[in-house]
Amino acid sequence: MPVEIDIDHVARLARLELSDEEKERLRTQLAVILDNAAKVGEVATEDVPPTAYAIPRSNVLRPDELTPSLPLEEVLANAPEVEDDRFKVPRIAEVE
Amino acid sequence: MRRRSRTIGSRFRASPRSNDVTALCDRKATELGAMLRAGETSSVEITASCFERIEAVEDRVGAFLARREDPAQEQAAAADSRIASGDAPAVAGIPLALKDVLSTRGVETTCGSKILDGYVPPYDCTPWNRLKDDGSVLLGKTNCDEFAMGSSNENSAFGPVHNPWDLTMVPGGSSGGSAAAVAAGEAIWALGTDTGGSVRQPASLCGVVGLKPTYGLISRYGLIAFASSLDTIGTFTRGVRDAALLLSSIAGKDVLDATSLDTPKRDYTEGIDGGIDGLRVGVVREALGEGVGAGVESSVRDAIDRLAGLGATVGETSLPHTDYALSAYYLIAPSEASSNLARYDGVRYGLRVDGADSIEMMTRTRGAGFGAEVKRRIMLGTYALSAGYYEAYYGQAQKVRTLIIRDYEAAFSDFDVLVSPTSPTTAFPIGAKVDDPLAMYLNDVFTIPANLSGMPAISIPSGLDEKGLPVGVQITAPVLREDVLLRTAFALEQVIAFDERPRLVTDLAA
Repeated sequence: MPVEIDIDHVARLARLELSDEEKERLRTQLAVILDNAAKVGEVATEDVPPTAYAIPRSNVLRPDELTPSLPLEEVLANAPEVEDDRFKVPRIAEVE
Repeated sequence: MRRRSRTIGSRFRASPRSNDVTALCDRKATELGAMLRAGETSSVEITASCFERIEAVEDRVGAFLARREDPAQEQAAAADSRIASGDAPAVAGIPLALKDVLSTRGVETTCGSKILDGYVPPYDCTPWNRLKDDGSVLLGKTNCDEFAMGSSNENSAFGPVHNPWDLTMVPGGSSGGSAAAVAAGEAIWALGTDTGGSVRQPASLCGVVGLKPTYGLISRYGLIAFASSLDTIGTFTRGVRDAALLLSSIAGKDVLDATSLDTPKRDYTEGIDGGIDGLRVGVVREALGEGVGAGVESSVRDAIDRLAGLGATVGETSLPHTDYALSAYYLIAPSEASSNLARYDGVRYGLRVDGADSIEMMTRTRGAGFGAEVKRRIMLGTYALSAGYYEAYYGQAQKVRTLIIRDYEAAFSDFDVLVSPTSPTTAFPIGAKVDDPLAMYLNDVFTIPANLSGMPAISIPSGLDEKGLPVGVQITAPVLREDVLLRTAFALEQVIAFDERPRLVTDLAA
């Protein structure tokens, strides 16, 4: 049973602009890959617990000590746009 | 330089069987370390030898994205003073290349992606931090598949890497630049990353040693994330002892990575030559059959015979869920990637393509900045994690991960190490698989299980196939049994005595 994917919906979730040609190619390729990947369902039965990390660790703590932060200038030097020691972004809300 | 190194290295002449490749940059780190301590060469000379080789072959190989000749020579001079003072660590003065997904303070780090073009990290990854403290010399950053996603290095936004054994072939991936650089003598050794085989498979295709240690043994701090539960830093060297030496410098607990294991610092070269008499070697049945190249199969079978010749007990074992590992991997890795790569939003670093509002800016930036394979995996992962599909895909894949671990537990109750080919085939032509993602993904069918299970594994050259291309044999050991892994690999390496080098290199010596 071929997988039918709503490419526009997934691209919107991923915040990814795709050309029509890219969408077409992805529709075909993802269907093939997912069709193959669906094989996992053949053996993953109810009684098998999931593994997120092969070597699980929990409550990993380190000493709560103050250390210097990264130098502001070096961090901001990588930003596409900066204003007053802050990252500048386009408008995020409508005005009026 | 070649003439001088021959004089300097007279006490360290390579074995008579060896190709006549005697430039400093063609020697192993272990040999160079001894020469440095004996005052027979200097780090400045070794570093110059590497850059001479880079100059000679790099326009054909394309292993590097950035070269650092002047800073490297400063580091080399500092290492020389330290060695002269008599208390330098073993890796001091040995030139290194780093895959361009490893953050280096003040040195551009792109992950082979347009979206990070021009990004200069404000901090060092932990492995480089430790190596730098130990007097290492950074030659440059190596080319790789974009964000380490690929098996051929063709997904780099900055062009492919060519296999030094045959320039029309891929070097493997994703750490193709690191593998090619070490194979061609452009670096003595290198670091790469292995999420599904990205150290072992290119090492196999380029005829060098590729070690992926236990997940968590080397800190991932500063490794730009692809799939966090699988990403493992690994080494490229021209010998197993070199791999142990490099590992000794970078392994061990790091408070900056919560997944790093509580392992004490140790010398992994210790006991490496202890032999494997009585060792129980399991041959993975699923890995020697359909889909495996004839040249690969015969070379690996020959290596298995040699293990028996060394006194190991060889038997057959099975990892019955091998087929499902690939499917699980291509759900888990893209899922984690789709989450990790959400950070490339045009705000804090890298590319920005303007838009009317923030969402449009992000969407356009990501559309313009990511290449085809990265987009494919982000879409795959986003879909696999989306409402209504999570259980059927990601949830099931995580269960398969449990089954893979159980396969290994069963196999390791009967055997100390497992043996298989590293990759089903030797190097393939550039362009051959770019339009067929599934065929490309099959490259990693034998390497992926060790990532899903966290086990340490190593690829060492076992010979050449009928086309003269290197074959790699993979050895896998239980979690944190790097000692057994390296001891086995070292013993096998000695009897295989693989001393072939790419024609690209031997032609220079002629």
